[in-house]
Amino acid sequence: MKLLRLIEFLRQRQKTVIRACLAVLVLLVIADALPFLVDKHHAHTKAEHLPGFWAAFGFVACVLIVIVSKAFGHAGIMTREDYYDE
Amino acid sequence: MSDLWLHPSLILLAGALLLPLVPASLRRGWLLAVPALTFLRILLMSRGTFGEVHFLQFHLVFGRVDALSNVFGYIMGLMCIVGSLYGLHVKRAVEHVAAWTYVAGSLGAIYAGDFVTLFLFWELMALSSVFLIWFRGREESLAAGYRYLLVHMAGGVALLAGIMLHYQATKSMAFVALDVKAPTMATYLIMIGFILNAAVPPLHAWLPDAYGEATFNGSVFLCAFTTKTAVYALCRGLPGMQILVVLGVIMALYGVVYAVLENDSRRLLAYHIVSQVGYMVAGVGLGTELAINGACAHAFAHILYKGLLFMGCGSVLHMTGKSKFTELGGLYSRMPWTFLFTLIGGLSISAFPLFSGFVSKSMIVQAGFEDHKLWAAFLLMLASAGTFLHTGLKVPYFIWFGKNHCSKETWERAAEPPWNMMAAMAITSFLCIFIGCYTPYLYRMLPHPVHYEPYTAYHVSETLQVLLFTGLGFFLLLKKLEPEAKISLDLDWPYRMGGRAFLWLARKPIQGLDNLVGEIYSAGGIAPLMASARLSAVFDNKVIDGAVDGYVASFRHLGGRPRTA
Repeated sequence: MKLLRLIEFLRQRQKTVIRACLAVLVLLVIADALPFLVDKHHAHTKAEHLPGFWAAFGFVACVLIVIVSKAFGHAGIMTREDYYDE
Repeated sequence: MSDLWLHPSLILLAGALLLPLVPASLRRGWLLAVPALTFLRILLMSRGTFGEVHFLQFHLVFGRVDALSNVFGYIMGLMCIVGSLYGLHVKRAVEHVAAWTYVAGSLGAIYAGDFVTLFLFWELMALSSVFLIWFRGREESLAAGYRYLLVHMAGGVALLAGIMLHYQATKSMAFVALDVKAPTMATYLIMIGFILNAAVPPLHAWLPDAYGEATFNGSVFLCAFTTKTAVYALCRGLPGMQILVVLGVIMALYGVVYAVLENDSRRLLAYHIVSQVGYMVAGVGLGTELAINGACAHAFAHILYKGLLFMGCGSVLHMTGKSKFTELGGLYSRMPWTFLFTLIGGLSISAFPLFSGFVSKSMIVQAGFEDHKLWAAFLLMLASAGTFLHTGLKVPYFIWFGKNHCSKETWERAAEPPWNMMAAMAITSFLCIFIGCYTPYLYRMLPHPVHYEPYTAYHVSETLQVLLFTGLGFFLLLKKLEPEAKISLDLDWPYRMGGRAFLWLARKPIQGLDNLVGEIYSAGGIAPLMASARLSAVFDNKVIDGAVDGYVASFRHLGGRPRTA
């Protein structure tokens, strides 16, 4: 069960894992801003040339999806589990 | 030559027919050998037109083997092997018979060169797949199966009507691309038949309804064949049909919204089929070479990673008996490998670099950008974020981590599934990563030459940003995403409640009227009838009998006269 040990190893160091993940996020945006690393030649729109455009897009998309869907669900679409029972 | 051509479906059908007769000791070998032989047959088929039959005035073609049918045939054959391995330990032979007949239907539809053959196999799929739902044996599965069957029969009727109109107009049954520039009633009816099977809203509600209710391995088969055979039919019959772009984008987002609300892991995955097939439908609508390649590639990749995800959640269901997030959680210590395999499926569907979705989904988005449909491309990117949010994060997190909602019994039952299920998941995981890492494997099979390179710095950077920042959003909004023990009303509401209204109508007003008529009849009809019967009895007794008696008496009297005379 080496896999289990790995999962538990990471769980014990949760704070370090979180810090490492945040560092990756920051590096990703920095890399996106460096033309010699990421060639934006193939971008389709002007907005995409902004550094971190897709990062902002991803984050906003996620928040939007969660909030809009939950609002939709709580507007009457979500109902009790035995709704269809007779 | 065409007389000797062996249809791959025939191998499966014969295998299914003989399966109940195979002795138990050879059963497992048979379950592996038949799909393997079918796959081998698919690999060895040369291109061309085979199995031509003249029937009535129709020219039937059972084997049109070309690049488009081959890529779909290949993946269906492969999935049949993996699916059979996954369900290897299932003892009831009929479950395997149903699954193989279903796959045979799918292969038959894919290699069909005319509409009659297509329709024949199309219906075979619907009829055989419903058993995969019914075999779960719950009361709900029985009802869901009937609904599934009824919806598919309605779709079949639309398809048949379209085919008839098409034949009347063109005098040809050949299944080739229809004229999408000037669509007629026939085109629309055929499209309705196809998109119902592709689960395009508003004709999609059968899918989460049925796939959440099927047996643990039934769903593994179901998630692959019906929708992707429909995608094949759309690629073949309606490439470039503009309305499909709009429908595809709506689908991609619709599935995402419902996946947020869903509490049942397998229903969540089902909603993500709707979402992912949306990309393929949009690709067919765009209709360019890149887009059709993308639709085929994505169908290929999708069958594997969605199968893998259903295998992962199916393992949890098989071992614990539970599939709802509010009854699971914290299982990583009991089922770590199942977690890893499901995570690989989740990363593949989310299109992480080095996983299969990355090399297929992006072709469709790219085709959208190149066709200057920016709105479509951006909305599909939005749906990508949603995909990772649910399938990549929500499913693994709330089953294997998160708050432990397991009952004592669930926790004790939880363990890694049998070796054959693990092996099926391991093989599929390998394929998901292999496709993502070695692009020529998939790209060489596609119907058009591929001039597309997914691994550019910009594309990798774009994808990683979208996905990882979605991940950030997920962990920040974790409280809001906590699953709720509720169901979500979907567009199956009209026919579920409509059916009930019909029953009410039959029970109350119609049956009431019937009772009323009965009562009026007994009060106003029986009484006079009895009175008239009584009257005629009196008439009979007194008048008729009297007359007869009198006649007989006088006859005797007359007869006596000569005797005494």
